[in-house]
Amino acid sequence: MSGLDARALRRDFPILERTVHGRPLIYLDNAASSQKPRQVVEAMVAYYYNHHANVHRGAHTLSTEATDAYEAARTSVARFVHAPEARSVVFTRNTTEALNLFVSSWGGAHLREGDEVVVTVAEHHANLVPWHFLKRARGIVIKAVGLTEDDRVDLDALEAALGERTRVVSTFHMSNVLGTINPLRRIADLAHGVGALFVVDGAQGAPHLPVDVQSIDCDAYALSGHKMLGPTGVGALWARAEVLESMPPFLGGGEMIRKVTVEDSSYAGIPARFEAGTPAVAEAVGLAAAIDYLEAVGMEAVAEHDAALARYALDRLDGVDGVTLYGPHGDDRGGIVTFNIDGVHPHDVATALDAEGIAIRSGHHCAQPLGRALGTAASARASFYLYTTEDEVDRFVDAVVRTRDFFAAFA
Amino acid sequence: MGFLESLYKDVILEHYKRPHNRRALPDASHTHEGVNPSCGDELTLYLRIEDGTIRDVGFEGEGCAISQASASLMTDAIKGGSVERALALSRSFKAMIRGEPPAPELGELTSLQGIAKLHARVKCATLAWTTLDAALEQPS
Repeated sequence: MSGLDARALRRDFPILERTVHGRPLIYLDNAASSQKPRQVVEAMVAYYYNHHANVHRGAHTLSTEATDAYEAARTSVARFVHAPEARSVVFTRNTTEALNLFVSSWGGAHLREGDEVVVTVAEHHANLVPWHFLKRARGIVIKAVGLTEDDRVDLDALEAALGERTRVVSTFHMSNVLGTINPLRRIADLAHGVGALFVVDGAQGAPHLPVDVQSIDCDAYALSGHKMLGPTGVGALWARAEVLESMPPFLGGGEMIRKVTVEDSSYAGIPARFEAGTPAVAEAVGLAAAIDYLEAVGMEAVAEHDAALARYALDRLDGVDGVTLYGPHGDDRGGIVTFNIDGVHPHDVATALDAEGIAIRSGHHCAQPLGRALGTAASARASFYLYTTEDEVDRFVDAVVRTRDFFAAFA
Repeated sequence: MGFLESLYKDVILEHYKRPHNRRALPDASHTHEGVNPSCGDELTLYLRIEDGTIRDVGFEGEGCAISQASASLMTDAIKGGSVERALALSRSFKAMIRGEPPAPELGELTSLQGIAKLHARVKCATLAWTTLDAALEQPS
């Protein structure tokens, strides 16, 4: 159904061979976290068995090897997002920390009372709560743009929300609930038209879509390693070098300094200024292996595979009585299918599917304002990845129908 | 009996579809709102307590079958009894959900015993009871 062979790729993921409640695992919670191929785990093992030491410190061989591996991973991330230079990639724990770093450091240095930040109602909490901190500390104004009838960001409303006080537009690449893919270049042009920075929450974009920060023309892009076949504990913030240069340190400690006395300190250049303390070196090595894996498959093929599975699932579920679907239909829809079964709470849906070995997410998906906008506090979500097969989608849809019938028996 | 049937026993589904005491009490002496932050479910519990006895009880809120059935069963179990008995039931219920053998006084509440094996749903089963505990801590 697309340019990649999911059945062949599955052999690289040992966890996909296990069973849950006696059934073959069908893992459809990729938007929360992806599984890991052998290549990633083995790269981390090889690093620990052969090269580990602290980075950027010792003059000895292992420290040099560890530093080289860590910096090579930075280059891999830069290549993956088509960044012009690796020094504008800052390693963080995840997207959440990357966004917090940007908001706290850039926002703390540049935003004043009355300055406006424009987001959408569909943001993940990681792109809302850090701004709330600045709202309390500085009195910035947060403007949230709504959605159209078909669950896309209302671009007319976004344009209308922009003005001379707008300093930042910050939104998602792909919605973790709706699967909506934002027209980033258009939003970038609108933001830059009023002199605002454009920040992208790439938690779902980086794993599932080709990312080119230069053609998007964004000023910052945040991503998580663990959603894109990499390990937990490593993510990245890419930002234009001039933007990073204008940002004060985030955390203080080792590695991020130029000179320290008891009374005061001066700070390193980018990106070291933002990487206090010993970083997640093995995790960065794992992320680089994940990027190698994704690049070998090809991100265009990954995006097409995910989207084709979503179209297939939506087509099948569309005909099922008692199932409500969320999100747009069209080319701007990624591999996320969020739904509700009438009269059945999504937690119960998730438990019923788990009983058949099918892992989905249920709840508010860390996007409570979106739930309010959609009029449903909670929903169930199936999310696909490069190892998901059409056969798994069939078994998922069949299980949704059985779940509906199980709970309907007591209506 | 399958895994799902052992979890969602008939009594649980009956209480989910037709919950008992699902209403606000205008003359409540104690009101408390409980939240399960991991899922966003909210439950408001109303109690009318006179002389140490729970004369009436009601609840409102949206939630899953487990949390709604647990709340409905709880209101049946504590209505008309003393505050001390309600707190003792709460301790026994939470002990059962932690995996201990159910105390005999739990009665119909033992239908939720299967949740003990399902860690992801423990907070759903205990939401009504932790809300009760918090409500009873308030001075009347």
